Amino acid sequence: MADASNVDAFVEFERVQKSYDGENLVVKDLNLTMPKGEFLTMLGPSGSGKTTCLMMLAGFETATHGDIRLDGTSINNIPPHKRGIGMVFQNYALFPHMTIAENLSFPLEVRNMGKSEREEKVKRALDMVEMGAFGGRRPAQLSGGQQQRIALARALVFEPELVLMDEPLGALDKQLREKMQFEITHLAHRLGITVVYVTHDQTEALTMSDRVAVFDDGRIQQIAPPDQLYESPENSFVAQFIGENNTLEGTVKEIKNGIALVQLDDGELIDCKPVNVSQPGERTRVSIRPERVEYNKDRLQAGVHTLKAEVLEFIYMGDIFRTRLRVAGNDEFIIKTRNAPDQVRLQPGQQIEIGWLPEDCRALDA
Amino acid sequence: MSDITQSGPVLAADGRPLKRSLARALRMQKIRALMLIAPLLLFVLLTFILPIADMLFRSVENRIVQDTLPQTVVAVQDWDADSGEAPPDAVYEALAYDLVVAAERKQHTRVGTRLNYETPGISSLFRKAGRRVDEVGEGYLKQFAALDPAWGEPQTFMSVFADPEWLASRAGAGDEPPFQLSETAHDALPKASGAYMNFARTIQEEDNDSPAEEEPWAPVYMALHSDLAANPQAAQAFSGDAQRLLQEAAALIESGQMETESARDAFVKMDKDWADPEVWRTLKTYAGKYTNGYFLNAADLQKSPDGPELRPEDERIYGTLFLRTLIMSLAITCSCIVLGYPVAWILANLPSRTANMLMILVLLPFWTSLLVRTSAWKVMLQQQGVINDTLVWLGLVSDSDRLVMINNQFGTIVAMTHILLPFMILPMYSVMQTINPTYLRAAKSLGATNWTAFWRVYFPQSVPGIGAGSILVFILAIGYYITPELVGGTKGVFISNRIAFHISQSLNWGLAAALGTILLVIVLALYWAYDKIVGIDNVKLG
Ligand SMILES: Nc1ncnc2c1ncn2[C@@H]1O[C@H](COP(=O)(O)OP(=O)(O)O)[C@@H](O)[C@H]1O
Ligand SMILES: [Mg+2]
Repeated sequence: MADASNVDAFVEFERVQKSYDGENLVVKDLNLTMPKGEFLTMLGPSGSGKTTCLMMLAGFETATHGDIRLDGTSINNIPPHKRGIGMVFQNYALFPHMTIAENLSFPLEVRNMGKSEREEKVKRALDMVEMGAFGGRRPAQLSGGQQQRIALARALVFEPELVLMDEPLGALDKQLREKMQFEITHLAHRLGITVVYVTHDQTEALTMSDRVAVFDDGRIQQIAPPDQLYESPENSFVAQFIGENNTLEGTVKEIKNGIALVQLDDGELIDCKPVNVSQPGERTRVSIRPERVEYNKDRLQAGVHTLKAEVLEFIYMGDIFRTRLRVAGNDEFIIKTRNAPDQVRLQPGQQIEIGWLPEDCRALDA
Repeated sequence: MSDITQSGPVLAADGRPLKRSLARALRMQKIRALMLIAPLLLFVLLTFILPIADMLFRSVENRIVQDTLPQTVVAVQDWDADSGEAPPDAVYEALAYDLVVAAERKQHTRVGTRLNYETPGISSLFRKAGRRVDEVGEGYLKQFAALDPAWGEPQTFMSVFADPEWLASRAGAGDEPPFQLSETAHDALPKASGAYMNFARTIQEEDNDSPAEEEPWAPVYMALHSDLAANPQAAQAFSGDAQRLLQEAAALIESGQMETESARDAFVKMDKDWADPEVWRTLKTYAGKYTNGYFLNAADLQKSPDGPELRPEDERIYGTLFLRTLIMSLAITCSCIVLGYPVAWILANLPSRTANMLMILVLLPFWTSLLVRTSAWKVMLQQQGVINDTLVWLGLVSDSDRLVMINNQFGTIVAMTHILLPFMILPMYSVMQTINPTYLRAAKSLGATNWTAFWRVYFPQSVPGIGAGSILVFILAIGYYITPELVGGTKGVFISNRIAFHISQSLNWGLAAALGTILLVIVLALYWAYDKIVGIDNVKLG
């Protein structure tokens, strides 16, 4: 994916590695290319190296190996303050001894901007995050959400083309977080800035981003737009990590016409779309999204393989029903159905048959 | 949730006002908390508050003059200190009555010492007078005795002055009760009664003797002469032998045949300085129960007819000392900041394991005796010391003019900076530890250079640590004693060394207390100014 000759590339990581202690690689062979104006999210479990990548881009950590380019020029040897990258920190890092206006004015002052121009820009930035009336306060006098907005405004006030955000909403409650997610994406698109956003919250990643890079173990497992990531995970880590997912384990019997016949461990056969398997005999982990499972016989395609299932638990969740089944020895098989007028409510103990479209069932690496 | 719209006091569940219920609930907690701190409170009260109060009191207290020379103090009030002449004879007489008692009680040197603080030389005047004051009036003694040998008998004086009831009571067994004056004598012979009363009580208390067995000292005769001269009819009040004796004496005095003797001449004979009005001016000035004299002295001032005035230039020392103490403490504080800040910074930014190791090094000086450390500096800094040797060896300094680094201000500043440095580093460190390093990163990401990020973002947040350290170091320095004493020489000593001198050598505790009080006020004033300028809530000690 990395391509040095890519003229569109604004941010590029090329074969970047990072080790703190000289023994373990925290980032292993990172390749990433971002066009200008993209909102890219780095998503991954804690400790997967997201922050490290961000810090290398910002200049606070140096890459042990590889090249990081910004707008075509290598920035490995440029100190952080000359990179012109805006940054929002998880704890906001608003300077406690300065007022809000002074905080916002700080990046302009160090750029030797005139006083009137500074005031003008600070005012505009405050208005942008709807905090115009708070310029004279200290950070400690603001709520978490307000501080968050100020941190955002400060990262944007000097008009950087690239803004990095490291779990900026981590400290907010759910409602506020959703509101801020919307505001941040909205702002980013309106200003046309390029954003690298780090989070471990997959909903946040899916709702905000143009593309999501899923990190695990110091590598990008998959980088794709949210819908692709959800619907076509390329390996079982991504399938597990993004959204809810049912897995069944088995062995490939045959691959024919783009459909893999998989024999599950209890002997039953199912049809899958081969993603990470290429030949019969391979072990595989089959992934099916809960909402793609069908148990209404009338709606099942004729001729597809079905599986017997026993209903273990029925959970009413308002807009959806969530039913837990035992399928092929797996007690945690979940299906989700919409709460529609004609929907059947399953009873615990009921024996049913379930099935799905072969393309919704992906045979991934074991 | 409290009901905000409700008018009137909010009520608790049992109908009582909520405020009162809360206060009741909190009272128990408060009492318990108070009990916990009570031992410390008591300790602080006894060992800190009371001594300070005592010191404040001592700095103005001046009862000794009035207590020891009560009659003189009264008599000298009528004398005009600006007349340029010594006081009249009556004042000397009063002095003789007072001093003879004081000498017997061995208190005359203490008054002398007290007054000597104000006018040097008075001490020896009093010491000499104490030895010979019982001779003042000797002439009268001899003439009375010549008139009638009975005047040489203690019993005669008993019959004239003693209260008959007292005489009766002393007849019983056991200790003699304190001498009581007869009403008659008190009215008829006021001065002599006073003098005799003092004599009787003094020998009872000091020598455990009875006035019935001792003939009185000469000043009593002088007082008797004075009374009889003033009131020749005094004898009418008495009866029997006493009346006869007094009548004879009065007649002799009236006839002009008794040779008079001046108390003043007697004193001037002991020392001609008793005629010096300055001595008397001092006595009059410091006759009050309370005095601002110690404070004036501590501020290099002295009393003069036109209010306080500066002492002559060669007698001013405290102003210089205070100023020097302040400036040197400031210098020590500054050098502690300069040396301590980077250390604290490094400690705060190291991984905690390493930081703890290094912290031990910072604290190491605390574990060695102050004296040892100070003496080590003597070894280092003296002219034949390590540093000079090294400089000479390196050829930077020639052997003949080795640097003088000890027994001066430089030595004091160096040694005290070393000793007080931990007090600067610790609060700085504890403040810096709380400064999140992301602030620096944030500043740099916003375009600040390393220096700007430090100066505009990190430094202001570390100021509370500097403030706390500075207050600690400055206040410790301003009252420091041992180190300046050992390495300060004459040029590098502090005001506290002077205070110690007055406490333990000159024994002028009043002046020491006044100096201490001024020091305390200066510290409080600086503290107040600091609070005004920086704000005391900006100080974090941890
Ligand atoms: N300054 C550092 N020194 C040593 N190890 C570090 C440092 N920062 C991060 N690490 C290690 O690198 C790994 C990745 O950390 P990080 O990039 O912060 O992950 P994430 O942000 O995805 O949670 C973690 O195992 C962490 O312990
Ligand atoms: Mg992180």
